[in-house]
Amino acid sequence: MNFKPVDMQLLDVISNIKSIPAGAINIRRDGEPVIRQSSPNIRIGTNADNNGLLVEIKPGTRNETVHVPVIVTKAGFHDKVYNTFVVGEDADITIIAGCGIHNDSHSDSGHDGIHEIIVKKGARMKYAEKHYGEGNGQGKRILNPTTNIILENGAIAEMEMVQIKGVDDTIRTTIAHIGDKASLKIVERLMTHGEQKAVSDVRLYIEGQGGSGQILSRSVGRDDSVQVFKAALVGQNECLGHVECDAIIMDKARIQSIPELIAENAEAVLTHEAAIGKIAGEQLIKLMSLGMTEKDAIDTILEGFLR
Amino acid sequence: MLKLENVSMTVNNSNGFRREIIRDININFEPGKLYAITGPNGGGKTTLAKVIMGIYQHSAGNIYLNGEDISQLGVTERARRGIAYAFQQPPRFKGLNVSDLIKIAAPGVDGMGLRKKLRDVGLCPEDYLDRDMGPGLSGGEAKRIEIAQVLSRDSVISIFDEPEAGVDLWTVQRLIGLIVQKYQDNPESTAIIITHHENVLPICDEIIVLEEGFIKLQGSSKQIWPLIRDDVQCKMREQCRGEVCYEL
Repeated sequence: MNFKPVDMQLLDVISNIKSIPAGAINIRRDGEPVIRQSSPNIRIGTNADNNGLLVEIKPGTRNETVHVPVIVTKAGFHDKVYNTFVVGEDADITIIAGCGIHNDSHSDSGHDGIHEIIVKKGARMKYAEKHYGEGNGQGKRILNPTTNIILENGAIAEMEMVQIKGVDDTIRTTIAHIGDKASLKIVERLMTHGEQKAVSDVRLYIEGQGGSGQILSRSVGRDDSVQVFKAALVGQNECLGHVECDAIIMDKARIQSIPELIAENAEAVLTHEAAIGKIAGEQLIKLMSLGMTEKDAIDTILEGFLR
Repeated sequence: MLKLENVSMTVNNSNGFRREIIRDININFEPGKLYAITGPNGGGKTTLAKVIMGIYQHSAGNIYLNGEDISQLGVTERARRGIAYAFQQPPRFKGLNVSDLIKIAAPGVDGMGLRKKLRDVGLCPEDYLDRDMGPGLSGGEAKRIEIAQVLSRDSVISIFDEPEAGVDLWTVQRLIGLIVQKYQDNPESTAIIITHHENVLPICDEIIVLEEGFIKLQGSSKQIWPLIRDDVQCKMREQCRGEVCYEL
């Protein structure tokens, strides 16, 4: 496999891959698969439209992880991929996705990842996706992920989406349909700086009886960056839903937080909390009184907040 | 060890009038001694503590630590020179956990040390090491973790701002015992406790009574305690209906 140091660095940041792991994996670089490997329980193939992956996890598969990272290193390249994941009944697995862009040029580079995830009856899935950009060119690094997820009855999923550094422009769209006694927790962590723009639009339809949905967002806006966070819960049955968005605003950043609760059933219980504020002065003073510089205190507070 | 020389602090209130919060304070804190600062609310006790820590900048006078004039040093520099302050109302941190804060207070502390520091303040390490320092902690829990941080530091001056506030009576006894054990007769360090507690004041070496920003009384506890005992005990009785009857 011909991996350059820059490739390995990106893979390490987005997927914590230092060498190629055993088990099911697909690494996509500049629109082409460079490694594809299935496991006895997880089959990775090309989808019917030949424009992405079909990842099929056998029913009952336990404690396996599938890695599907994407890297873009070619200047001015814009990648688009449609991936489908089917997590079989009663399986319990982890999907590690993520995208890293290295762009030293003056042309924009980007990746649009369109994921459809079906978590079958009684299955459990953890999904982690980290987005990262680097490079010295003036060309933008653009990531626009779209995730549609369906949780069948009794399925449980936890999705963690992280974007900490280097992505200039992102529009993230997440739509979920949650069945009877199914449960979805979405955790987003975001930091923007410079003149970056980030929009996240999450919509959970809690359709099944006893279903539950949670959206937790922590974000930090620095410099002149702009963030818009929209989180909607639609309760269509006897269900529980909660949205929590916490943001730290710094410098000349702008943060807009728009929680939306729509109850279409009298038994739906939907709640939200939203807060935007700067770092409290007393937090800084407290850490400085333990010997930290002001800069280290800020970094420590932000690192903890986004952990 | 720590010397305050004619220290005053003035603020401009909302009407534009100047108001002196502490006035012309002269104290020489000596090593190996335990000092109590007491007095009525609004008398300037916490302000004085924050002036020593560098959180508030005093407007007149000088502060010396081991002979060095630290008057113009900020909080970080004073902390690095060995001044520590346990906040009366510790701030909360979403995302940082208890062990993060203890490790910041005592860099290099190992797992055993971390556990011991929590056990010392009456908290079970297994329950608290990974607990978030956010709003989920009760006031008493946050206070004990705050005191554990200051006890973890090898400070030359340690200031405890009302360590008893918000902490249950059983734990107060234990915390004060720890402070006495660590600082009294320790030639390397000095502890200052801001307190109204009738069981704490008489066991300190020196008592300083601050009122309206002035030092009203200052001397050994043998001298001062008899003068203020009736007042302090009377106030305690009103607050607790005479139910505080344990001995340290």
